[in-house]
Amino acid sequence: MADLTRLSMTEALAGLVKKEFTAVELTQAHIGAMEKTRPLNAYITETPDIALAMAQASDARRAKGEAGPMEGLPIAVKDLFCTKGVLTTAASHILDGFQPPYESTVTSNLWRDGAVMLGKVNLDEFAMGSSNATSYYGPVINPWTGDNPADAPRKLVPGGSSGGSAAAVAARAALGATGTDTGGSIRQPAALCGIVGIKPTYGRCSRWGIVAFASSLDQAGPMTRTVKDAAIMLGSMAGYDPKDSTSVNRPVPDYTKALTGDIRGLRVGIPREYRVDGIPAEVEKVWQQGIEWLKAAGAVPVEVSLPHTKYALATYYIVAPAECSSNLARYDGVRFGLRVEGDSLIDMYENTRAAGFGAEVKRRILIGTYVLSAGYYDAYYLKAQKVRARIAEDFRKAFESCDVLLAPTAPGTAFGIGEKSGDPIQMYLEDVFTVPASLAGLPGMSVPAGLAENGLPMGLQIIGRPFDEETVLKVGDVLEKAADFTAAPPFVA
Amino acid sequence: MSIDKATVAKIAHLARIKVPESDLGHLAGELSQILNFVEQLAEVNTDGVQPMTSVVEHNLRWRADEVTDGGIRDDVLKNAPDAAEGFFVVPKVVE
Repeated sequence: MADLTRLSMTEALAGLVKKEFTAVELTQAHIGAMEKTRPLNAYITETPDIALAMAQASDARRAKGEAGPMEGLPIAVKDLFCTKGVLTTAASHILDGFQPPYESTVTSNLWRDGAVMLGKVNLDEFAMGSSNATSYYGPVINPWTGDNPADAPRKLVPGGSSGGSAAAVAARAALGATGTDTGGSIRQPAALCGIVGIKPTYGRCSRWGIVAFASSLDQAGPMTRTVKDAAIMLGSMAGYDPKDSTSVNRPVPDYTKALTGDIRGLRVGIPREYRVDGIPAEVEKVWQQGIEWLKAAGAVPVEVSLPHTKYALATYYIVAPAECSSNLARYDGVRFGLRVEGDSLIDMYENTRAAGFGAEVKRRILIGTYVLSAGYYDAYYLKAQKVRARIAEDFRKAFESCDVLLAPTAPGTAFGIGEKSGDPIQMYLEDVFTVPASLAGLPGMSVPAGLAENGLPMGLQIIGRPFDEETVLKVGDVLEKAADFTAAPPFVA
Repeated sequence: MSIDKATVAKIAHLARIKVPESDLGHLAGELSQILNFVEQLAEVNTDGVQPMTSVVEHNLRWRADEVTDGGIRDDVLKNAPDAAEGFFVVPKVVE
C-alpha cells in the first residue's frame, strides 16, 4: 500500500470511497507518523485509542452508506479546543489536569462529519505568541529545520500560535489540523511551515468551547496541505451555533464548489501600505510573483490604499491584552486546573496565577489590566477601539474598488527558536501583515508560494470581504496551482 | 509613557498575580516599552469616530427565557482542585 500519510484529504477520501484502504488503516498509518515525528514536540497529548475507536466507527458508518464529508480523515486538534474527557491544556501550566466535561462546537461538527481525532497539538500558551515558544510543554520545532531536527544546532520555530498544528500537518503527522487565529495564529505558522491555513470571517465558526484569548478577534479555521482540503474542512467546522452570541446565522456553502479556477476579471487589490521598510527583498519578490500569476489567470491587479495599516499592531496590542486580562480572570485556582495554596483567598489566587501563567501571558494580562484601569481606559482602550473602526473602514473602502486583496503573510521565513524572544515588539512584528484583517474580522488565507534562498517556505495571503471565503478560496486555488508548491520539509513521518 | 515599579506592583495586585519585588524592575521596563509602542495611536484623528465594539454588525438575538442545560453538578465540580459535599472549597474568607 502506498504511504497513506502522503495523501491529501481529497485523495484520502477518494481512496476510502474506492475501498483501497479503510479508515482504520489510514488512522494506523497516522498514529505511526505521530510517533515518528515526536522529536518535533508537535503533540501535547496523543490519543491513539480514541483515534482507532473513531476510525472503526467511521468504517462502520461508511459500510452503511452514511459517510460524512470528513468521513475517516485523521486530524489533529489544537489544544485550545475543549475535548470531552481529554486533557485540554491551552499549553498552560494553569490548566493542569483539566478534562473538559463538554466538547467544543467546532470539534463536535468535525466528529459529526466523520473526522478522526489523532490528538491535541501544541501552541503558544493561551495562543499568545508567534513562535510556539511560550508553551509550558516546550517549543515545537519546524520540520523544515533539517532531517534531524532534534539535534540541529539552530532549531527553527514553526510560527505561532498554531505551531503544533502547522508542524504536524507539514510533517505528514496529520491530514489536517484545527487552528485558531487572533492576530495571525493560523496564517503565519501556515506560511512558515509551507502549508495552507484559512481564518474565516469572525462569526463563521463558533467560539463555544474554545479557550478564550481575545474574544472579539478569536476565530477557528482549518490548516491543511491543499486549498481544496481547507475548503472541505472549513465546510465542516463552520456553522451557526446558538451557544455563541457572535456566531452568524447564515448557510454554509459547499466551499469546494468555489474552486472553479476562473478568476477572469476579478480585481485583486494590492495594498500600497504593505510595502513596509525592512521587509526582505525575497518577500517582495514572491508577492510580485503572486501578482503576475493572478494576472496571467485573467485577474486585474489594482493598487489600493489602507492608510491606517501602520497603526494596526499598536491597536492590536491594546485590544487583545485588554480582552485577555478579562478572559483569563477565570483562572483562580478554584474551579479547575492548578491551585497553589496561600494564607488567604486572595493570596491563593495570586500564588496560583504567579505559578500558573508564563512570562508572555503575565505581560499581556498586566498590560490589559493597565489599559482598562481607572484613568487610562479612555486614553488607551477607547482610543484603540476607535482606531480599530478606522482600520475596518479602510478595508470597506478598499473593497469598493477590488474583490480580494493580495499581500505577504509574514515578513520573513522561519527564524531560530529564541532569536526574537528578547524583545516583545520584535516578536509582535511577525504579525504585521495579518493583524489588520483580524481587527476588521475579515477572512484571510495563507497559501505556500515558494521557497526562499535559504530553502524555507514563504506564504502569500489573500484577504476577502466579510463572509466571502469562497472568493478567497477560489483565488487561493489559482495561486496554489500557479505556484505548484510540491516541496516537502526535510523531516517528514 | 513609562511606568514605575510601584505602578507594576499595583496592577499586578489588581490582576491577582504575585510578582516578587526582584521582578518589578524588568517588568516596568518591558511594560513601558510596550506602552511607548502603542503611544503612536495618539497621532490618529478619531474625532467623531464611534469605537468599534463588534466585528459583525448584527443585533444580539433574543431567545426564550428557559432552562436549556443544568443538573450536571458533578461535571461542574469534576475539575475542581478541592471540592466537598457539592461545593467548591476555598480558603476561609470569614473570621
